[in-house]
Amino acid sequence: MTTRRPGTVINLLWVTPWLVGLVLFFLLPMGMSFYYSLTDYSMLEVPLWIAFDNYAALFGDSVFWLAVRNTLIYAAISIPLAAIVSLGIAGLLDTDHPVSHVVRVLVFAPTVVPLVAAAMIWLWLFNSDHGLINAGLSWVGVNGPNWLQERGWAMAALIVMSLWSVGQAVVIYLAALQDVPSALVDAASIDGLGPVRRFVSVVLPTIAPAVVFNTIIQTITAWQVFATPYIMTEGGPDRSTYFYSHYLYDQAFLFQNMGYASALGWVQLLLITACIAVPYVMVRKFGGGP
Amino acid sequence: MSRRSRVPRWTSLARVSVLIAIAVTFAMPLVWMLATSAQTEDLAMSPGLALLPDPPTSLPGQAHDNYKSVLTDETVNFPLFFRNTLIVVLLGVSGAMISSTIAAYGLARVRIPGRRLILLLTIATMLIPFPVLMAPLFMLYAKIDWIGTFLPLYAQFWFGNAFSIFLMHQFFRALPPELEEAARLDGCSTWRTFTHIALPLSKTALAVVGLLHFTYMWNDFLAPLVFIVDRDMFTVALGLQLYQSRAGQTPWTLLMAASVLTILPVFLVFVLANQLFTRGSISGGVKG
Repeated sequence: MTTRRPGTVINLLWVTPWLVGLVLFFLLPMGMSFYYSLTDYSMLEVPLWIAFDNYAALFGDSVFWLAVRNTLIYAAISIPLAAIVSLGIAGLLDTDHPVSHVVRVLVFAPTVVPLVAAAMIWLWLFNSDHGLINAGLSWVGVNGPNWLQERGWAMAALIVMSLWSVGQAVVIYLAALQDVPSALVDAASIDGLGPVRRFVSVVLPTIAPAVVFNTIIQTITAWQVFATPYIMTEGGPDRSTYFYSHYLYDQAFLFQNMGYASALGWVQLLLITACIAVPYVMVRKFGGGP
Repeated sequence: MSRRSRVPRWTSLARVSVLIAIAVTFAMPLVWMLATSAQTEDLAMSPGLALLPDPPTSLPGQAHDNYKSVLTDETVNFPLFFRNTLIVVLLGVSGAMISSTIAAYGLARVRIPGRRLILLLTIATMLIPFPVLMAPLFMLYAKIDWIGTFLPLYAQFWFGNAFSIFLMHQFFRALPPELEEAARLDGCSTWRTFTHIALPLSKTALAVVGLLHFTYMWNDFLAPLVFIVDRDMFTVALGLQLYQSRAGQTPWTLLMAASVLTILPVFLVFVLANQLFTRGSISGGVKG
């Protein structure tokens, strides 16, 4: 339904505040960011034009590569793991049994816990001497590591912790699974297809849009990971959990290199776009996707 | 649903057991936080895995002591941080709801030049991570003297919030247009149709948008960390981190009590609205 009055310019009033907001809080900062990324700027002196030197410097910056590497490792492990866990849970929840409704609430609950509070809880759970996780491990005879202070284990701990908040993905997968036509699944099993073939050729094509959506959201989230490592490991030990957004934050607000931080921001945007485009193209090609 | 009724009984039993195991796993961190928050320091640091103090009747007293100690801490003023967060969140959520609803209705129901482009830009801004924007936004806010005020945390929402606009837009598009058309035929202006017909039909959607934005703002850590420099203006999220990181070891029992206090407002809202959260809202926005 649209209005039949000819004067459409006056209708722009509906979106004028939002357009002003888009310009002030998105387009303007993005423009400023691009300009400053071409300068040497510490906020104390006037920006000094250095063209693409910041971008060139990134290539020789070993900390930049380390942060990219850590972020990619985190994303490459946590995103597929989250997909398996959340799809598995959604599949189990896809039943009318009353237990399912209680479990849904409990699985979703951690997603509304503030990240800082979640960080405190998991600091305590991962505590090497008194934490619940190592106590549980010693109960089955395993001597748990000093999770957050050992190389490798710290990254593993952050990934385990990230699985605690798969609730949103579960809700989306659950909705998608409920759209899978049961007649199709029945037909496939009458035709003698095993559970794996049934899942791959009947269920997966139907829920492909949900998979794409969740993967995109989790990719963006992975590139933004900041609060939990900042609080729990401070990027350590030995910068083994030093992520991209943390490096950007340090360059901007610890070292006051606003020009360099702006360049980092634009490169982050490019890297995220690349990380989203690759799986999207893959699903389009092989999954028959949306 | 028909395929599930034919599943043999033991499969259903296995499924229920696995589901219960999952529920316990997801709830355990929160249960452990609650348990620790009501223990003495000695019990929390003891090697056993005790959920309840011994005797269990000592629990209310110890809990009272722990929570009181958090709320009356001399260096970390939690009551003040709660007040700050409440101010910022209420200003942000009310602004976002009003502006986003108007923009969303315009985009969904009014003929606007460049409508598709505006929608595309709106979705694009949702995909831009905050770390990319935080440095230029800080410089912008510093230039207009907003650093040292709460404005950087809520002012932008008075112009609308991309996610809220997107959700409300999807919702308005899905409303059957007959009622609004009838109102128009009776001579209602578009604005009156919006306020008197569309808005009363959207109470649930508005509630969902408001609750999601409330949760987002209450939980946000990075924006306050970047924009709030004055300790008296800290939000709860910043305060909790300050409480943990200050000099001298903060006892785990008190840290867990402080975490409970931080989570509590969001959980109250979540419990009240759990039907809204788990049904319709999020998945509806996606499938739109």
